[in-house]
Amino acid sequence: MNEAAAQPLLEVRGLRKFFPISKGFLRRVVGHVRAVDGVDFTVKEGETLGLVGESGCGKTTASRCILRAIDPTDGEILYRTRDGRTVDLARLPPGELRPLRAEIQMIFQDPFGSLNPRMTLLDNVGEPLLVNGVTSRTERTERVAELLRLVGLRPEFMHRFPHAFSGGQRQRIGIARALATNPRLVVADEPVSALDVSVQAQVLNLLLELQARLKLTFLFVAHDLSVVRHISDRIAVMYVGQLVELAPTDALFGQPRHPYTAALMRAVPVADPRVRGQDGILGGEVPSPAAPPSGCYFHPRCRFAQDRCRAEAPALREVAPGHFSRCHFAGDLTL
Amino acid sequence: MTPPTPMATEPLLQVRDLRVSFALDDGLVRAVDGTSFDVMPGQVLGVVGESGCGKSVTMRAILQLVDRPGRITSGEIRFRRDGEMVDIARLPPRGAVMRDIRGGEIALIPQEPMAAFSPVHTVGEQIVEAILLHSHRWGEKKLGRRDARDITVGLFRDVGISMPEQRVDAYSWQLSGGLRQRAMIAMALSCKPRLLIADEPTTAIDVTTQAQVLGLLRELQAKYDTAIIFITHDLGVIAQMASYVVVMYLGRVMEQGPVDDIFHAPKHPYTRALLRSIPGLSGQTRVALPVISGALPHPFNRPAGCPFHPRCPDAMERCAAAVPRLLPVTPNQLASCFLHHDEAELP
Repeated sequence: MNEAAAQPLLEVRGLRKFFPISKGFLRRVVGHVRAVDGVDFTVKEGETLGLVGESGCGKTTASRCILRAIDPTDGEILYRTRDGRTVDLARLPPGELRPLRAEIQMIFQDPFGSLNPRMTLLDNVGEPLLVNGVTSRTERTERVAELLRLVGLRPEFMHRFPHAFSGGQRQRIGIARALATNPRLVVADEPVSALDVSVQAQVLNLLLELQARLKLTFLFVAHDLSVVRHISDRIAVMYVGQLVELAPTDALFGQPRHPYTAALMRAVPVADPRVRGQDGILGGEVPSPAAPPSGCYFHPRCRFAQDRCRAEAPALREVAPGHFSRCHFAGDLTL
Repeated sequence: MTPPTPMATEPLLQVRDLRVSFALDDGLVRAVDGTSFDVMPGQVLGVVGESGCGKSVTMRAILQLVDRPGRITSGEIRFRRDGEMVDIARLPPRGAVMRDIRGGEIALIPQEPMAAFSPVHTVGEQIVEAILLHSHRWGEKKLGRRDARDITVGLFRDVGISMPEQRVDAYSWQLSGGLRQRAMIAMALSCKPRLLIADEPTTAIDVTTQAQVLGLLRELQAKYDTAIIFITHDLGVIAQMASYVVVMYLGRVMEQGPVDDIFHAPKHPYTRALLRSIPGLSGQTRVALPVISGALPHPFNRPAGCPFHPRCPDAMERCAAAVPRLLPVTPNQLASCFLHHDEAELP
């Protein structure tokens, strides 16, 4: 799905989401947690954009803003609808947002918490259909059977309850529910991180297969670099609310252009005892998004940091075709 | 890192045919079903397996911490103590000997340090308490609270906590995930254990912090020459940390051997399938990964015969009928698989 002709389906510009910190009896606002602090990216139709970063980097908050599960503080989320209009999801009033909800769906992390334990699969998977006006039960039953088959489950299972299924099967049910309304954009937030290794590969394969078959566009949010690498066409790396690097998967892993990305890659334990690396372990800790450092947010942990990094915040700029980095020295560093 | 220890030295811990089961209202769950392995002094033993493979229950059994309705039904856990072997499985869980071993000679680093520390006492107080309980491990002299506090500050410095004098007075919820896990490691080391059990110590923390904690554990292991049983589901962590590996599935050891053999010449079909199914940082992207078909069976529905046979690509008729024994299949490796030998467990 790498055709250059593919049009952007989603374009995020200058996205910000600040949560107020209030204190005292009067709940006076004393500061802000800058959970998302300047995120720009586009997702082309039919591709998978991986959004990766450590906990607290704002990847989930950014994806929730795109779903308008929460309202962004600032920025634009331009979405091209099925009928060709471009709308700004960030500012759309609830009435106009509603019909678009069928087009943008979500797959959740926790296959145990995200299904209603009191509903059968038919009701769990069929609810988005009911909400979107499919009131005939026969019609819903048929569609649910079709969806269960699509995700590799037997349609006979539809009268059972979620507790009868394993983690991997439940994640398939969650995927079937997300696909019920024929979405175009699917936001998957850590969809395989709660699964066992042997089941994780099955679900990743299913997502790839469904994408090819249904021409889906994925925004794949995860912390596991090897999983994101496996499934994504392009990858965006976040650190303390900001996008620090964005590049096609091969370019990012072949030649990272931000010291944080390089450190993140080195930190992944390689499943080969003959490759035991110790060098370049990133010291320090992720700063609080309520009080980020001056200049470049990464400078206190960066081994290449110069005076300029402490004073001046770098902008995200294109350092090679399609390869963006938020580093003053992106062009000069050998990472 | 210690090379795979030759047979010359005596094992520190020998687990033999251990069985632990849980009698639940709906049936009997055989969580550990005949597990055997050795831990050599100063060795890092990696135990790898998916959820439900019995790795955590085995470790709880070693510490005599299996809660009711769970019970050690048979087997031996021989631990070398003052030159002789004691069978932990036969010791009363609340007896003086077990209380001395637990925390003193065998310490545990749990997965979730947030849940392991009490939120209403400072981390320092909790470590001081552990040191005072096992104070004889710090020499003949009677230790006072002040001595124990000094030891704690020293331990905090050892595990790389900055400003240790201040941090001992912090509550666990005031520390970041990485610091909390470091404090937990300090607590585990506080009684100079000879065996450290690390149960998924880095699963709940981020990858850059994980790299720091793994580096720290490696450093401390070299410094104190403590044996470590490192439990994880992450094959990458195992490859980086262990010198010897035990692969478990549904309460049984499928294969064990030196880390290099397990990763480069795996003998059991489960180990092979597991290694193939993980996406790495090299190799082709966006193609179907080789998968292990099916799912982990429900604990009440243990398959007969070899527990892996319903998902095994090489399963034969015999695999459904008999349980293969864990036997040497190369000079270094042991596997329980009929592809490599013919001996079954006695029914």
